[in-house]
Amino acid sequence: MRKVYLDNAATTPLLPEIREAMMPYLDETFGNPSSLHEWGDGAREAIETARAQVAQLIEANDDEIIFTGSGTEANNLAIKGLALAQQAKGKHVVVSAIEHFSVLHSARTLEKWGFEVSEVPVDKYGVVNPEDVRKSLRKDTVLVSVMHANGEVGTIEPVQEIAKITRESNVVFHTDAVATAGTIPVDVKELGVDALSLAGNQFYGPKGVGALWVRKGVRIMPLLDGGIQEGGRRAGTENVPAIAGLGKAAELAKTDVAGRIKQLTPLRDRLLKELPSKIEHVVVTGHPQHRLPEHASFCVEFIEGESMLMLLNSQGIAVSSGSACTSRALKASHVLIAMGLSHEIAQGSILFTLGIDNTAEDIDYVLETMPHIVDRLRQMSPLYSKFTKASKGGK
Amino acid sequence: MPVYSEKVMDHFMNPRNVGEIENPDGVGEVGNPVCGDMMTFYIKVKDNRLEDVKFKTFGCGAAIAVSSMVSEMAKGKILEEAKKITPKSVADELEGLPKQKFHCSNLGAQALNKAIEDYQSKKKVKGGKER
Repeated sequence: MRKVYLDNAATTPLLPEIREAMMPYLDETFGNPSSLHEWGDGAREAIETARAQVAQLIEANDDEIIFTGSGTEANNLAIKGLALAQQAKGKHVVVSAIEHFSVLHSARTLEKWGFEVSEVPVDKYGVVNPEDVRKSLRKDTVLVSVMHANGEVGTIEPVQEIAKITRESNVVFHTDAVATAGTIPVDVKELGVDALSLAGNQFYGPKGVGALWVRKGVRIMPLLDGGIQEGGRRAGTENVPAIAGLGKAAELAKTDVAGRIKQLTPLRDRLLKELPSKIEHVVVTGHPQHRLPEHASFCVEFIEGESMLMLLNSQGIAVSSGSACTSRALKASHVLIAMGLSHEIAQGSILFTLGIDNTAEDIDYVLETMPHIVDRLRQMSPLYSKFTKASKGGK
Repeated sequence: MPVYSEKVMDHFMNPRNVGEIENPDGVGEVGNPVCGDMMTFYIKVKDNRLEDVKFKTFGCGAAIAVSSMVSEMAKGKILEEAKKITPKSVADELEGLPKQKFHCSNLGAQALNKAIEDYQSKKKVKGGKER
Protein backbone atom coordinates (compact mmCIF):
# COMPACT_ATOMS: atom_id res chain seq x y z
CA MET A 1 0.00 0.00 0.00
CA ARG A 2 1.09 3.55 -0.68
CA LYS A 3 2.27 5.36 2.48
CA VAL A 4 1.70 9.11 2.62
CA TYR A 5 2.80 11.05 5.69
CA LEU A 6 0.88 14.33 5.92
CA ASP A 7 1.27 15.08 9.61
CA ASN A 8 4.39 17.22 9.55
CA ALA A 9 2.85 19.67 12.03
CA ALA A 10 2.98 16.87 14.61
CA THR A 11 6.58 16.19 13.68
CA THR A 12 8.72 16.18 10.60
CA PRO A 13 10.94 13.17 9.94
CA LEU A 14 14.62 13.46 10.80
CA LEU A 15 16.73 14.15 7.70
CA PRO A 16 19.61 11.65 7.27
CA GLU A 17 22.26 14.41 7.16
CA ILE A 18 20.90 15.81 10.43
CA ARG A 19 21.04 12.38 12.02
CA GLU A 20 24.66 12.11 10.83
CA ALA A 21 25.46 15.46 12.45
CA MET A 22 24.11 14.10 15.76
CA MET A 23 25.90 10.76 15.75
CA PRO A 24 29.36 11.81 17.06
CA TYR A 25 27.72 13.14 20.24
CA LEU A 26 26.00 9.83 20.89
CA ASP A 27 29.33 8.16 20.37
CA GLU A 28 32.95 9.26 20.81
CA THR A 29 32.29 12.93 21.64
CA PHE A 30 30.22 12.07 24.68
CA GLY A 31 31.71 14.63 27.07
CA ASN A 32 29.85 17.08 29.26
CA PRO A 33 30.07 20.56 27.70
CA SER A 34 30.83 22.01 31.16
CA SER A 35 33.96 19.86 31.55
CA LEU A 36 37.31 21.53 31.05
CA HIS A 37 39.10 18.63 29.36
CA GLU A 38 39.28 17.47 25.76
CA TRP A 39 36.07 15.45 26.05
CA GLY A 40 34.21 18.52 27.23
CA ASP A 41 35.78 20.73 24.57
CA GLY A 42 34.27 18.73 21.71
CA ALA A 43 30.79 18.80 23.21
CA ARG A 44 31.06 22.51 24.00
CA GLU A 45 32.11 23.23 20.46
CA ALA A 46 29.06 21.35 19.16
CA ILE A 47 26.76 23.51 21.25
CA GLU A 48 28.37 26.77 20.24
CA THR A 49 28.27 25.78 16.57
CA ALA A 50 24.57 24.96 16.91
CA ARG A 51 23.98 28.26 18.69
CA ALA A 52 25.48 30.14 15.76
CA GLN A 53 23.44 28.10 13.27
CA VAL A 54 20.17 28.75 15.09
CA ALA A 55 21.02 32.45 15.50
CA GLN A 56 21.67 32.72 11.76
CA LEU A 57 18.37 31.08 10.94
CA ILE A 58 16.47 33.90 12.65
CA GLU A 59 19.02 36.72 12.09
CA ALA A 60 19.87 36.99 15.79
CA ASN A 61 23.08 37.13 17.83
CA ASP A 62 24.56 33.88 19.13
CA ASP A 63 24.45 34.82 22.79
CA GLU A 64 20.73 35.55 22.62
CA ILE A 65 19.83 31.86 22.03
CA ILE A 66 18.78 29.68 24.98
CA PHE A 67 18.48 25.96 24.18
CA THR A 68 15.53 24.19 25.78
CA GLY A 69 14.07 20.68 25.87
CA SER A 70 11.20 21.49 23.47
CA GLY A 71 9.09 24.23 21.94
CA THR A 72 6.79 23.82 24.91
CA GLU A 73 9.63 24.52 27.31
CA ALA A 74 10.69 27.56 25.26
CA ASN A 75 7.12 28.92 25.52
CA ASN A 76 6.93 28.20 29.26
CA LEU A 77 10.23 29.96 29.82
CA ALA A 78 9.10 32.92 27.73
CA ILE A 79 5.69 33.43 29.31
CA LYS A 80 6.59 32.73 32.93
CA GLY A 81 10.20 33.93 32.80
CA LEU A 82 9.55 37.23 31.03
CA ALA A 83 6.51 38.01 33.21
CA LEU A 84 8.21 37.10 36.51
CA ALA A 85 11.30 39.18 35.67
CA GLN A 86 9.12 42.26 35.31
CA GLN A 87 6.62 41.81 38.11
CA ALA A 88 7.85 44.92 39.90
CA LYS A 89 6.65 46.88 36.86
CA GLY A 90 3.25 45.21 36.55
CA LYS A 91 1.29 42.00 36.54
CA HIS A 92 -0.76 42.07 33.35
CA VAL A 93 -0.15 39.76 30.38
CA VAL A 94 -1.85 39.63 26.96
CA VAL A 95 -2.15 36.49 24.83
CA SER A 96 -4.26 35.57 21.80
CA ALA A 97 -7.13 33.10 22.10
CA ILE A 98 -5.53 30.64 19.66
CA GLU A 99 -2.12 30.22 21.26
CA HIS A 100 -0.66 26.77 21.79
CA PHE A 101 -1.48 25.25 25.19
CA SER A 102 2.13 25.75 26.27
CA VAL A 103 1.42 29.50 26.11
CA LEU A 104 -2.22 29.47 27.27
CA HIS A 105 -1.62 27.15 30.20
CA SER A 106 1.50 29.06 31.22
CA ALA A 107 -0.65 32.18 31.27
CA ARG A 108 -3.17 30.32 33.43
CA THR A 109 -0.37 29.49 35.85
CA LEU A 110 0.59 33.17 35.96
CA GLU A 111 -3.00 33.91 36.98
CA LYS A 112 -2.58 31.55 39.92
CA TRP A 113 0.54 33.51 40.81
CA GLY A 114 -1.38 36.78 40.95
CA PHE A 115 -1.09 38.02 37.37
CA GLU A 116 -4.02 39.13 35.26
CA VAL A 117 -4.32 37.77 31.73
CA SER A 118 -6.27 39.27 28.81
CA GLU A 119 -7.09 37.16 25.78
CA VAL A 120 -7.43 38.91 22.42
CA PRO A 121 -9.91 37.33 20.00
CA VAL A 122 -9.40 36.28 16.37
CA ASP A 123 -11.58 36.69 13.28
CA LYS A 124 -13.13 33.84 11.29
CA TYR A 125 -9.78 33.19 9.59
CA GLY A 126 -7.96 33.02 12.91
CA VAL A 127 -6.29 36.42 12.48
CA VAL A 128 -5.55 38.66 15.45
CA ASN A 129 -6.44 42.32 14.89
CA PRO A 130 -3.44 44.41 16.07
CA GLU A 131 -5.88 47.08 17.23
CA ASP A 132 -7.36 44.57 19.68
CA VAL A 133 -3.89 44.12 21.12
CA ARG A 134 -3.53 47.89 21.44
CA LYS A 135 -6.87 48.13 23.25
CA SER A 136 -5.89 45.39 25.68
CA LEU A 137 -2.70 47.15 26.81
CA ARG A 138 -2.69 48.72 30.28
CA LYS A 139 -0.22 50.66 32.36
CA ASP A 140 0.76 47.44 34.14
CA THR A 141 1.04 45.27 31.00
CA VAL A 142 4.46 43.62 30.95
CA LEU A 143 4.15 40.99 28.24
CA VAL A 144 2.27 40.30 25.00
CA SER A 145 2.44 36.89 23.32
CA VAL A 146 0.95 36.28 19.87
CA MET A 147 2.08 33.36 17.76
CA HIS A 148 3.77 33.84 14.39
CA ALA A 149 1.50 31.23 12.80
CA ASN A 150 -1.05 28.78 14.09
CA GLY A 151 -0.13 25.14 13.57
CA GLU A 152 -3.72 23.97 13.50
CA VAL A 153 -5.23 26.25 10.88
CA GLY A 154 -2.04 27.55 9.24
CA THR A 155 -2.90 31.24 9.57
CA ILE A 156 0.07 33.63 9.71
CA GLU A 157 -0.44 36.46 12.22
CA PRO A 158 0.41 40.16 11.69
CA VAL A 159 3.31 39.98 14.14
CA GLN A 160 5.15 42.95 12.63
CA GLU A 161 2.19 45.28 13.13
CA ILE A 162 1.65 44.06 16.68
CA ALA A 163 5.35 44.65 17.40
CA LYS A 164 5.00 48.29 16.37
CA ILE A 165 2.27 48.71 18.96
CA THR A 166 4.13 46.94 21.77
CA ARG A 167 7.30 48.93 21.05
CA GLU A 168 5.40 52.22 21.26
CA SER A 169 4.10 51.13 24.64
CA ASN A 170 7.39 49.67 25.77
CA VAL A 171 5.91 46.23 26.41
CA VAL A 172 7.91 43.02 25.86
CA PHE A 173 6.54 41.02 22.91
CA HIS A 174 7.07 37.26 22.58
CA THR A 175 6.06 35.24 19.55
CA ASP A 176 5.73 31.46 19.36
CA ALA A 177 7.42 30.67 16.03
CA VAL A 178 7.36 26.89 16.45
CA ALA A 179 5.20 26.57 13.32
CA THR A 180 7.23 29.02 11.24
CA ALA A 181 10.94 28.83 12.14
CA GLY A 182 12.59 26.76 9.44
CA THR A 183 9.37 26.70 7.41
CA ILE A 184 9.13 30.30 6.24
CA PRO A 185 11.77 33.05 6.58
CA VAL A 186 11.90 34.30 10.16
CA ASP A 187 13.93 37.43 10.89
CA VAL A 188 13.67 38.70 14.44
CA LYS A 189 14.81 42.19 13.45
CA GLU A 190 12.21 42.46 10.73
CA LEU A 191 9.49 41.06 12.98
CA GLY A 192 10.45 43.51 15.71
CA VAL A 193 9.74 41.05 18.54
CA ASP A 194 11.69 40.71 21.82
CA ALA A 195 11.52 36.94 22.26
CA LEU A 196 10.80 34.00 19.97
CA SER A 197 10.34 30.23 20.46
CA LEU A 198 11.22 27.47 18.00
CA ALA A 199 11.44 23.66 17.98
CA GLY A 200 13.70 21.18 16.19
CA ASN A 201 11.11 18.60 15.14
CA GLN A 202 9.21 21.15 13.05
CA PHE A 203 11.95 21.46 10.44
CA TYR A 204 13.49 18.00 10.06
CA GLY A 205 15.54 18.10 13.25
CA PRO A 206 15.20 15.86 16.31
CA LYS A 207 12.43 15.89 18.93
CA GLY A 208 13.10 16.98 22.49
CA VAL A 209 14.97 20.16 21.63
CA GLY A 210 13.91 23.76 21.13
CA ALA A 211 15.24 27.23 21.62
CA LEU A 212 14.13 30.55 22.98
CA TRP A 213 15.63 33.70 21.55
CA VAL A 214 15.57 36.67 23.90
CA ARG A 215 16.75 40.06 22.69
CA LYS A 216 19.83 41.29 24.51
CA GLY A 217 18.84 43.58 27.36
CA VAL A 218 15.46 41.91 27.96
CA ARG A 219 15.38 40.31 31.41
CA ILE A 220 14.15 36.79 31.97
CA MET A 221 13.78 34.71 35.12
CA PRO A 222 15.04 31.12 34.71
CA LEU A 223 12.58 28.31 35.43
CA LEU A 224 15.26 25.72 36.16
CA ASP A 225 17.81 26.52 38.84
CA GLY A 226 21.13 24.77 38.93
CA GLY A 227 24.40 25.33 37.13
CA ILE A 228 25.34 28.11 34.77
CA GLN A 229 24.50 26.36 31.52
CA GLU A 230 22.98 28.64 28.88
CA GLY A 231 24.29 31.66 30.73
CA GLY A 232 22.42 30.62 33.87
CA ARG A 233 19.09 30.95 32.09
CA ARG A 234 18.50 27.21 31.68
CA ALA A 235 20.39 24.94 34.03
CA GLY A 236 20.96 21.24 33.36
CA THR A 237 23.45 19.23 31.35
CA GLU A 238 22.77 19.94 27.69
CA ASN A 239 21.26 17.37 25.33
CA VAL A 240 24.29 17.66 23.07
CA PRO A 241 23.23 15.35 20.19
CA ALA A 242 19.79 16.98 19.96
CA ILE A 243 21.26 20.48 20.08
CA ALA A 244 23.75 19.56 17.36
CA GLY A 245 20.82 18.22 15.31
CA LEU A 246 18.82 21.39 15.84
CA GLY A 247 21.82 23.40 14.65
CA LYS A 248 22.19 21.33 11.50
CA ALA A 249 18.46 21.57 10.85
CA ALA A 250 18.70 25.35 11.17
CA GLU A 251 21.62 25.49 8.76
CA LEU A 252 19.78 23.40 6.16
CA ALA A 253 16.56 25.35 6.58
CA LYS A 254 18.38 28.65 6.11
CA THR A 255 19.63 27.57 2.67
CA ASP A 256 16.65 25.45 1.61
CA VAL A 257 13.63 27.38 2.88
CA ALA A 258 12.89 29.14 -0.41
CA GLY A 259 13.09 25.84 -2.31
CA ARG A 260 10.86 24.08 0.21
CA ILE A 261 8.23 26.80 -0.06
CA LYS A 262 8.35 26.56 -3.84
CA GLN A 263 7.93 22.79 -3.68
CA LEU A 264 5.13 22.64 -1.12
CA THR A 265 2.94 25.63 -1.99
CA PRO A 266 1.51 24.16 -5.23
CA LEU A 267 0.80 20.85 -3.50
CA ARG A 268 -0.98 22.67 -0.67
CA ASP A 269 -2.95 24.77 -3.14
CA ARG A 270 -4.18 21.65 -4.92
CA LEU A 271 -5.54 20.28 -1.66
CA LEU A 272 -7.12 23.61 -0.70
CA LYS A 273 -8.79 23.94 -4.08
CA GLU A 274 -9.64 20.40 -5.08
CA LEU A 275 -10.85 18.81 -1.85
CA PRO A 276 -13.76 21.24 -1.43
CA SER A 277 -14.64 20.89 -5.11
CA LYS A 278 -14.55 17.08 -5.00
CA ILE A 279 -16.50 16.77 -1.75
CA GLU A 280 -19.61 18.75 -0.89
CA HIS A 281 -19.89 20.59 2.44
CA VAL A 282 -16.19 20.94 3.12
CA VAL A 283 -14.86 24.26 4.41
CA VAL A 284 -11.25 25.43 4.47
CA THR A 285 -10.18 26.53 7.96
CA GLY A 286 -7.67 29.32 8.47
CA HIS A 287 -6.77 32.13 6.13
CA PRO A 288 -7.10 31.33 2.41
CA GLN A 289 -3.88 33.24 1.48
CA HIS A 290 -1.94 34.22 4.59
CA ARG A 291 -1.15 30.68 5.60
CA LEU A 292 1.80 28.32 6.01
CA PRO A 293 3.07 26.93 2.68
CA GLU A 294 2.71 23.31 3.83
CA HIS A 295 -0.63 23.61 5.56
CA ALA A 296 -4.10 22.60 4.29
CA SER A 297 -6.86 22.32 6.89
CA PHE A 298 -10.58 21.70 6.60
CA CYS A 299 -13.78 20.92 8.39
CA VAL A 300 -15.85 18.18 6.78
CA GLU A 301 -19.50 18.53 7.74
CA PHE A 302 -21.68 15.75 9.21
CA ILE A 303 -18.78 13.49 10.19
CA GLU A 304 -16.17 13.38 12.92
CA GLY A 305 -12.42 13.84 12.59
CA GLU A 306 -11.08 10.82 14.41
CA SER A 307 -13.05 8.34 12.32
CA MET A 308 -11.80 10.11 9.17
CA LEU A 309 -8.25 9.96 10.50
CA MET A 310 -8.56 6.24 11.23
CA LEU A 311 -9.97 5.37 7.81
CA LEU A 312 -7.24 7.45 6.13
CA ASN A 313 -4.69 5.59 8.26
CA SER A 314 -6.14 2.28 7.01
CA GLN A 315 -5.34 3.56 3.50
CA GLY A 316 -1.77 4.50 4.47
CA ILE A 317 -2.36 8.24 4.91
CA ALA A 318 -1.32 10.02 8.15
CA VAL A 319 -3.17 13.20 9.15
CA SER A 320 -4.32 15.07 12.30
CA SER A 321 -7.63 16.36 13.56
CA GLY A 322 -8.72 18.96 16.09
CA SER A 323 -11.96 17.15 16.94
CA ALA A 324 -12.93 16.53 20.55
CA CYS A 325 -12.50 12.79 20.19
CA THR A 326 -8.91 13.08 19.04
CA SER A 327 -7.87 15.23 21.97
CA ARG A 328 -7.07 13.59 25.28
CA ALA A 329 -9.15 16.28 26.97
CA LEU A 330 -12.11 15.36 24.74
CA LYS A 331 -12.76 19.00 23.94
CA ALA A 332 -13.14 20.50 20.49
CA SER A 333 -10.19 22.58 19.36
CA HIS A 334 -10.05 25.94 21.17
CA VAL A 335 -8.65 27.40 17.95
CA LEU A 336 -11.67 26.47 15.81
CA ILE A 337 -14.10 27.57 18.52
CA ALA A 338 -12.27 30.92 18.88
CA MET A 339 -12.70 31.36 15.11
CA GLY A 340 -16.46 31.12 15.63
CA LEU A 341 -17.04 27.63 14.23
CA SER A 342 -19.82 25.62 15.90
CA HIS A 343 -18.87 22.53 17.89
CA GLU A 344 -20.68 20.45 15.31
CA ILE A 345 -18.54 21.75 12.43
CA ALA A 346 -15.36 21.70 14.52
CA GLN A 347 -15.86 17.95 15.08
CA GLY A 348 -15.13 17.42 11.39
CA SER A 349 -11.68 19.00 11.62
CA ILE A 350 -8.91 17.48 9.57
CA LEU A 351 -5.46 18.79 8.68
CA PHE A 352 -2.92 17.83 6.09
CA THR A 353 0.58 19.17 6.72
CA LEU A 354 3.04 18.52 3.94
CA GLY A 355 6.75 17.81 4.08
CA ILE A 356 9.64 17.78 1.64
CA ASP A 357 9.17 14.05 0.96
CA ASN A 358 5.70 14.61 -0.50
CA THR A 359 5.03 14.47 -4.22
CA ALA A 360 2.23 15.35 -6.62
CA GLU A 361 1.34 11.61 -6.67
CA ASP A 362 0.77 11.74 -2.92
CA ILE A 363 -1.76 14.50 -3.43
CA ASP A 364 -3.44 12.54 -6.25
CA TYR A 365 -3.78 9.61 -3.88
CA VAL A 366 -5.32 11.74 -1.12
CA LEU A 367 -7.75 13.39 -3.53
CA GLU A 368 -8.75 9.98 -4.82
CA THR A 369 -9.10 8.38 -1.36
CA MET A 370 -10.83 11.13 0.62
CA PRO A 371 -14.21 11.20 -1.19
CA HIS A 372 -14.78 7.47 -0.54
CA ILE A 373 -13.94 7.84 3.14
CA VAL A 374 -16.18 10.86 3.59
CA ASP A 375 -19.00 9.14 1.73
CA ARG A 376 -18.68 5.99 3.82
CA LEU A 377 -18.87 7.94 7.10
CA ARG A 378 -21.70 10.13 5.88
CA GLN A 379 -23.74 7.05 4.99
CA MET A 380 -23.36 6.13 8.64
CA SER A 381 -24.09 9.59 10.03
CA PRO A 382 -27.47 10.47 11.54
CA LEU A 383 -26.62 14.15 11.02
CA TYR A 384 -26.17 13.58 7.31
CA SER A 385 -29.42 11.65 6.93
CA LYS A 386 -31.26 14.41 8.79
CA PHE A 387 -29.67 16.95 6.48
CA THR A 388 -30.54 15.08 3.28
CA LYS A 389 -34.12 14.45 4.45
CA ALA A 390 -34.53 18.13 5.32
CA SER A 391 -33.16 19.32 2.00
CA LYS A 392 -35.37 16.83 0.08
CA GLY A 393 -38.37 17.97 2.07
CA GLY A 394 -37.56 21.57 1.24
CA LYS A 395 -37.69 20.98 -2.52
CA MET B 1 0.96 0.45 20.03
CA PRO B 2 -2.51 1.04 18.57
CA VAL B 3 -5.01 2.87 20.77
CA TYR B 4 -7.84 0.45 19.96
CA SER B 5 -8.15 -3.32 20.36
CA GLU B 6 -8.35 -5.56 17.30
CA LYS B 7 -12.02 -6.16 18.02
CA VAL B 8 -12.76 -2.43 18.07
CA MET B 9 -10.87 -2.00 14.81
CA ASP B 10 -12.78 -4.86 13.22
CA HIS B 11 -16.14 -3.33 14.17
CA PHE B 12 -14.98 0.12 13.11
CA MET B 13 -13.68 -1.02 9.74
CA ASN B 14 -16.59 -3.41 9.08
CA PRO B 15 -19.52 -2.12 11.10
CA ARG B 16 -22.51 -4.49 11.27
CA ASN B 17 -26.12 -3.37 10.85
CA VAL B 18 -25.52 0.19 9.66
CA GLY B 19 -28.60 1.92 8.34
CA GLU B 20 -32.17 2.84 9.12
CA ILE B 21 -35.32 0.71 9.34
CA GLU B 22 -38.37 1.84 7.39
CA ASN B 23 -41.33 2.17 9.76
CA PRO B 24 -39.39 1.06 12.84
CA ASP B 25 -41.18 -0.14 15.97
CA GLY B 26 -38.88 1.97 18.13
CA VAL B 27 -36.24 4.68 17.75
CA GLY B 28 -33.66 5.80 20.32
CA GLU B 29 -31.38 8.77 19.91
CA VAL B 30 -28.63 9.76 22.37
CA GLY B 31 -25.70 12.17 22.50
CA ASN B 32 -25.16 15.31 20.52
CA PRO B 33 -22.52 16.61 18.16
CA VAL B 34 -21.19 19.04 20.80
CA CYS B 35 -19.76 16.24 22.91
CA GLY B 36 -18.62 14.51 19.77
CA ASP B 37 -20.83 11.46 19.54
CA MET B 38 -24.42 10.91 18.49
CA MET B 39 -26.19 7.60 17.91
CA THR B 40 -29.61 6.66 16.59
CA PHE B 41 -30.89 3.08 16.98
CA TYR B 42 -33.83 1.65 15.06
CA ILE B 43 -35.55 -1.59 16.11
CA LYS B 44 -38.10 -3.97 14.68
CA VAL B 45 -39.87 -6.19 17.24
CA LYS B 46 -41.66 -9.48 16.64
CA ASP B 47 -43.04 -11.71 19.41
CA ASN B 48 -41.19 -9.69 22.05
CA ARG B 49 -37.92 -10.32 20.21
CA LEU B 50 -35.59 -7.89 18.41
CA GLU B 51 -36.11 -9.08 14.87
CA ASP B 52 -33.90 -6.32 13.44
CA VAL B 53 -31.60 -3.66 14.85
CA LYS B 54 -29.97 -0.93 12.82
CA PHE B 55 -28.06 2.22 13.72
CA LYS B 56 -26.56 5.43 12.47
CA THR B 57 -23.66 7.01 14.32
CA PHE B 58 -21.78 10.30 14.18
CA GLY B 59 -18.58 10.01 16.14
CA CYS B 60 -15.15 8.61 16.64
CA GLY B 61 -13.87 5.13 15.96
CA ALA B 62 -14.96 3.92 19.39
CA ALA B 63 -18.49 5.27 18.94
CA ILE B 64 -18.90 3.45 15.63
CA ALA B 65 -17.46 0.19 17.00
CA VAL B 66 -19.70 0.40 20.09
CA SER B 67 -22.82 0.90 17.96
CA SER B 68 -21.93 -2.03 15.76
CA MET B 69 -21.24 -4.28 18.73
CA VAL B 70 -24.50 -3.34 20.49
CA SER B 71 -26.49 -4.06 17.35
CA GLU B 72 -24.84 -7.45 17.06
CA MET B 73 -25.35 -8.28 20.73
CA ALA B 74 -29.00 -7.21 20.65
CA LYS B 75 -30.21 -8.74 17.42
CA GLY B 76 -32.44 -11.78 18.05
CA LYS B 77 -32.63 -11.23 21.80
CA ILE B 78 -35.93 -10.98 23.69
CA LEU B 79 -36.48 -7.42 24.95
CA GLU B 80 -35.80 -8.21 28.62
CA GLU B 81 -32.43 -9.71 27.69
CA ALA B 82 -31.52 -6.89 25.33
CA LYS B 83 -32.18 -4.37 28.08
CA LYS B 84 -29.48 -6.04 30.16
CA ILE B 85 -26.77 -4.91 27.72
CA THR B 86 -24.64 -2.34 29.57
CA PRO B 87 -21.73 -0.08 28.60
CA LYS B 88 -19.53 -2.44 30.61
CA SER B 89 -20.68 -5.59 28.79
CA VAL B 90 -20.22 -3.82 25.43
CA ALA B 91 -16.70 -2.71 26.33
CA ASP B 92 -15.89 -6.24 27.49
CA GLU B 93 -17.13 -7.74 24.23
CA LEU B 94 -14.93 -5.22 22.38
CA GLU B 95 -11.91 -6.39 24.40
CA GLY B 96 -11.70 -3.04 26.12
CA LEU B 97 -11.97 0.64 25.26
CA PRO B 98 -9.45 3.42 26.00
CA LYS B 99 -10.23 4.91 29.41
CA GLN B 100 -11.19 8.36 28.13
CA LYS B 101 -13.55 6.82 25.57
CA PHE B 102 -15.43 4.59 27.98
CA HIS B 103 -17.93 7.24 29.07
CA CYS B 104 -18.30 9.57 26.11
CA SER B 105 -18.37 7.09 23.26
CA ASN B 106 -20.03 4.19 24.99
CA LEU B 107 -23.61 5.31 24.42
CA GLY B 108 -24.82 2.38 22.36
CA ALA B 109 -26.52 0.46 25.17
CA GLN B 110 -28.32 3.64 26.20
CA ALA B 111 -29.53 4.31 22.65
CA LEU B 112 -30.79 0.72 22.30
CA ASN B 113 -32.61 0.98 25.62
CA LYS B 114 -34.25 4.19 24.51
CA ALA B 115 -35.43 2.51 21.33
CA ILE B 116 -36.93 -0.36 23.34
CA GLU B 117 -38.64 2.11 25.71
CA ASP B 118 -39.97 3.99 22.70
CA TYR B 119 -41.47 0.74 21.38
CA GLN B 120 -42.96 -0.16 24.76
CA SER B 121 -44.54 3.25 25.33
CA LYS B 122 -46.08 3.21 21.84
CA LYS B 123 -47.44 -0.24 22.53
CA LYS B 124 -49.07 0.97 25.74
CA VAL B 125 -50.83 3.76 23.86
CA LYS B 126 -52.16 1.25 21.38
CA GLY B 127 -53.68 -0.68 24.26
CA GLY B 128 -51.18 -3.50 24.28
CA LYS B 129 -52.13 -4.76 20.84
CA GLU B 130 -49.38 -6.83 19.27
CA ARG B 131 -48.53 -5.83 15.78
